[in-house]
Amino acid sequence: MISHIDVSTVLRRSVCDLYSNLVTRPTGAAVRIGIEHHLDEIGDKALAVLDFSHVGLLDFSCADEIVAKLLLQYVSLDLPRREVYFVFYGMSESHMDAIEAVLERHDLALVTQLEGGVVQLVGNVDGDQRRAWDTIGRLGIAHASDVADATGMPHELAARMLETLWQRRLVIRQESGYIAIRSGYAGRVPPAAMFNATAAGTPGRGMEVS
Amino acid sequence: MTTIINVPPSLDDQSFEQIFAQVALLPPEEKILLDARRTRWASPFGFTALLSLAQTRLERPGLTVPEAEDTASYWSKASFFTYADSLYDISGRVPRRSKSENSVLLEVTPINGTEDVHTVVDNIQHRAQAILHEKLNLEASVTMRFTMVLSEICQNVIEHAGYGGWVSVHAYKFQQRLGRWVVVIAVCDAGMGFRKSLEQSQGARASDVWDDGKALEETVIKGATRFRDPGRGQGLAGVRKFTGKWDGMMSVRSGTARIAIVPEWGQGVPLGEGLPFFPGAQVQITIPERIGLP
Repeated sequence: MISHIDVSTVLRRSVCDLYSNLVTRPTGAAVRIGIEHHLDEIGDKALAVLDFSHVGLLDFSCADEIVAKLLLQYVSLDLPRREVYFVFYGMSESHMDAIEAVLERHDLALVTQLEGGVVQLVGNVDGDQRRAWDTIGRLGIAHASDVADATGMPHELAARMLETLWQRRLVIRQESGYIAIRSGYAGRVPPAAMFNATAAGTPGRGMEVS
Repeated sequence: MTTIINVPPSLDDQSFEQIFAQVALLPPEEKILLDARRTRWASPFGFTALLSLAQTRLERPGLTVPEAEDTASYWSKASFFTYADSLYDISGRVPRRSKSENSVLLEVTPINGTEDVHTVVDNIQHRAQAILHEKLNLEASVTMRFTMVLSEICQNVIEHAGYGGWVSVHAYKFQQRLGRWVVVIAVCDAGMGFRKSLEQSQGARASDVWDDGKALEETVIKGATRFRDPGRGQGLAGVRKFTGKWDGMMSVRSGTARIAIVPEWGQGVPLGEGLPFFPGAQVQITIPERIGLP
């Protein structure tokens, strides 16, 4: 299931109708709790598109409370809360300043998608992980052997990288293979239509989570 | 008995040391009168530190208004008297507060809770964008980062002072030292200060190297906080990074020490110790007009 969450709406509902900026830790904590409540309702396996398009300012404290503490619950290797994948959509340059700082602090990474549709991997990711992620992004869906063939990586390394990316919730793992995370917000395919369209997904566009 | 404290003609973070030195010698219950009659100019640091100073006194202090009409008028426009009125016995004519000047990006504003930070951020964005772009030659996108810095410093008061504080932001031409426009953020409080804040989690340290200077190094440079949460301490790190990127100057005074990030154009030492004691924390960020690429 895919769920679109407009973060500015969560802010106004959780904290104050008049606020448009994500500043201060208490504000960030309230917004994160609002997002968590929403995620609790969308099932055990889901893709959440967190839309920051209408957020003015995001400071370091709020980024830590919302982004880092949210991700930490879902990428824990020991006991992740559920299988939830995130796309951070509509981030501005100044949002990214704050987010990159907190990702570095917590050794995290995430997938962002700009309003134009460009998808990026941001945060602490080593070279092999990034190569594997880029390859999955190009192929849309692939197995370790496909990534190994495309990159020249040994098969075992490609398999390990894909598994790590999945554990970090940076690619989706299905029986049909590993799948690139996209929101589908590129002005081409509405996300709901895309996620209901096919089980196999369309290379470069996104994927159903079943 | 009332002790007269002379306010320097030009009141900024440097000259305020003269006031700290005079006040540090006096017990908190002693009545003081700050004589600002001959003061001609005050920076945001001057305004916010004067308000913090009043909060340290057990006996309500007095304050004489600057005699120069344009000076008193500027202090009014900066909203200084709006809050000084509740902390000082004011003598002299206080001009009515008229419309704010363009150079006052943020009037003196109290910081007591989270909602105040939201107010500060909302109030400054539009005015900051115009000044940062037109006077400081900074790109429009810098406004957001500048506001982030302001937000983090204000939150520092709420989370660490245990006491309210004050913020003010002005832009002016820094003629003497730089010959360029600058924008100056000042945030002052008279709370517990960095040393006591750290001691809350780590306990008092018996070591003879544990003092206000060491506490400032731990917090401002190394990002230590009294919280166990590993995500804490990023705010001041972000402020440092922003200040460095735009060739700015940052100074943090607490207790008897001041730590500073001093650019080539700045004055001062990276760590000043043995200063006259003043409680709480006093932060100043100065971002200069850009000449050429950063």
